[in-house]
Amino acid sequence: MDLKTLYREVILDHYKTPRNTTPLSAPSCEADCRNPSCGDKVRVQLRLDDGLVSEVAIIGNGCAISQASASMMTEAVKGRRVVEIEAVMEEFRRMVMGAGSEADREVLGDLMILEGIARLHARVKCAMCGWSALDAALNENGSDVNLDEDTELPASSQH
Amino acid sequence: MNSHSPAGSGVSTKYDVARIREDFPALRRTVKGQSLVYFDNTAATLKPQTVIDTITRVYSDFPANVHRGIHQLSEEATEAYEAARLKAANFINAGDPDEIVVTLNTTDSLNHVCGSWGEANIGPGDEILTTEMEHHANFVPWQQLCLRKGAKFQVARVLPSGQLDREDFDRKLSERTKLVAVAHVSNVSGVVNPISELAAQAHRVGAVFVADCAQSVPHMPVDVQALGADFVSCSAYKFLAPFGVGLLWGRKAILDAMPPYRTGGNMIHSVSTEKTRFNVAPHKFEAGTPSIADVIGMGAAIDYLQAIGMQAISDYEHELSRYMHEELLKLPGLSIAGDWFPGKPAIASFHLDYAHPHDIAQFLNEEGVAVRSGLHCAEPLHCSLGLSSTTRASLYLYNTHDEIDRLVAAIRTVEEIFA
Repeated sequence: MDLKTLYREVILDHYKTPRNTTPLSAPSCEADCRNPSCGDKVRVQLRLDDGLVSEVAIIGNGCAISQASASMMTEAVKGRRVVEIEAVMEEFRRMVMGAGSEADREVLGDLMILEGIARLHARVKCAMCGWSALDAALNENGSDVNLDEDTELPASSQH
Repeated sequence: MNSHSPAGSGVSTKYDVARIREDFPALRRTVKGQSLVYFDNTAATLKPQTVIDTITRVYSDFPANVHRGIHQLSEEATEAYEAARLKAANFINAGDPDEIVVTLNTTDSLNHVCGSWGEANIGPGDEILTTEMEHHANFVPWQQLCLRKGAKFQVARVLPSGQLDREDFDRKLSERTKLVAVAHVSNVSGVVNPISELAAQAHRVGAVFVADCAQSVPHMPVDVQALGADFVSCSAYKFLAPFGVGLLWGRKAILDAMPPYRTGGNMIHSVSTEKTRFNVAPHKFEAGTPSIADVIGMGAAIDYLQAIGMQAISDYEHELSRYMHEELLKLPGLSIAGDWFPGKPAIASFHLDYAHPHDIAQFLNEEGVAVRSGLHCAEPLHCSLGLSSTTRASLYLYNTHDEIDRLVAAIRTVEEIFA
């Protein structure tokens, strides 16, 4: 799929009318992700019920890819078990980072349409913004992920 | 000296851009099936064949180290390296080639001033004054120095027009100010600061003045003696030279009094187990082996620019700038960071009210147009102007009116998709 088609058929729809944008009144967990080099910002809020994401909300602004990817993420996680979501997150990360091996269509489903992002190296961070916030919400409630920092470094060595 | 004498050399007075373009091999390539329109010159410029050939000649004929050997190759390398320093001195009208320190880039040049002069001269209660329109290279080192030293970091505001708020600058300049650091030309708004006036003001309170000339030296005649600053920094790869070369100019007396920034090879006079005597400026600041071929390549870039003439380049770019601003501002939903002013450099950082800069840059690339999107290492300025990020088109001596038309047409494709 060429870039214009990808934007026209998928990305702009989610960018202009993002899904699940009503803030949750009492989220079980939430986290922010920001990409300071371009101003992309996504907050993810989750309501967890018995190991299942019953409600999800995103609040953010930024480029079309960052916001559309976050919007599609909400559709992919709503109503699913956290263990399944962890698998989707991992597979999505592998896909957009261009892990080499073919992405798992069964795990990713509709998200496969964003496969082409792997070729746009400068945009991978944009596509990951909502997903990084989701990961942080599930695993480090209340955190604020900064995509410009090398997250692989231990926090103590960043100063 | 080479077979690629640029247009504008000799007696012809007409600026022959078609002839100039032939000197740049990258302009012959295509992007996405279309001829390249390269509008990211604020970040780095393309390289003319003469610069590429010069690098090849160094590696072919005398790929030896400088300032060490008595053998022929080392002597040839040293001679060419020092000749490049002399060309740089002449290019910015330094009074003495010993005032030219070869660095890696503007960030490195400014870190020399910060790490050497700043560490030695800034203390608790002192103040450093800079502006909101600085590139991070002329902002973060001073901010961090102030934090280390217990000094006060003062930042003069910019007006909504993008111009420096002179009243705020005057208010924040005082007897406590020890150093003032200001860009000659903003890499986002293209604003040209009155460096000689600001430097005179700084000198009246006894402060040292640093002018970041990264965006002026490539585009207009710059005379460091007339500017009146004490330090001037620039990046050679922004004026057709190879990557890995920057320049720091400093007044001889100040450089002589400064301690070295880095120590080790090349920068010493004598070394014993007890003590080291350092070499004189500029050598005491050039620790270790420099990127020799690239520095000599910078000499070729300066020859190329001077053959055309910096005034001719500046005049041509002003005309391009006028046309670009005129055409861009006809587009619905487009605004440009900072107001237009006559003589504005050919930099336009724009905002479209229907699309994000990353998406814009992505679709311009689909049309073969290379621009930059984001904060352009100037986050305080974007914040001050109320912009989250912008898309920047920045032109140089080889760009044309037709290419500006290509930019405008490419923006229309973005409009078609997003609006």
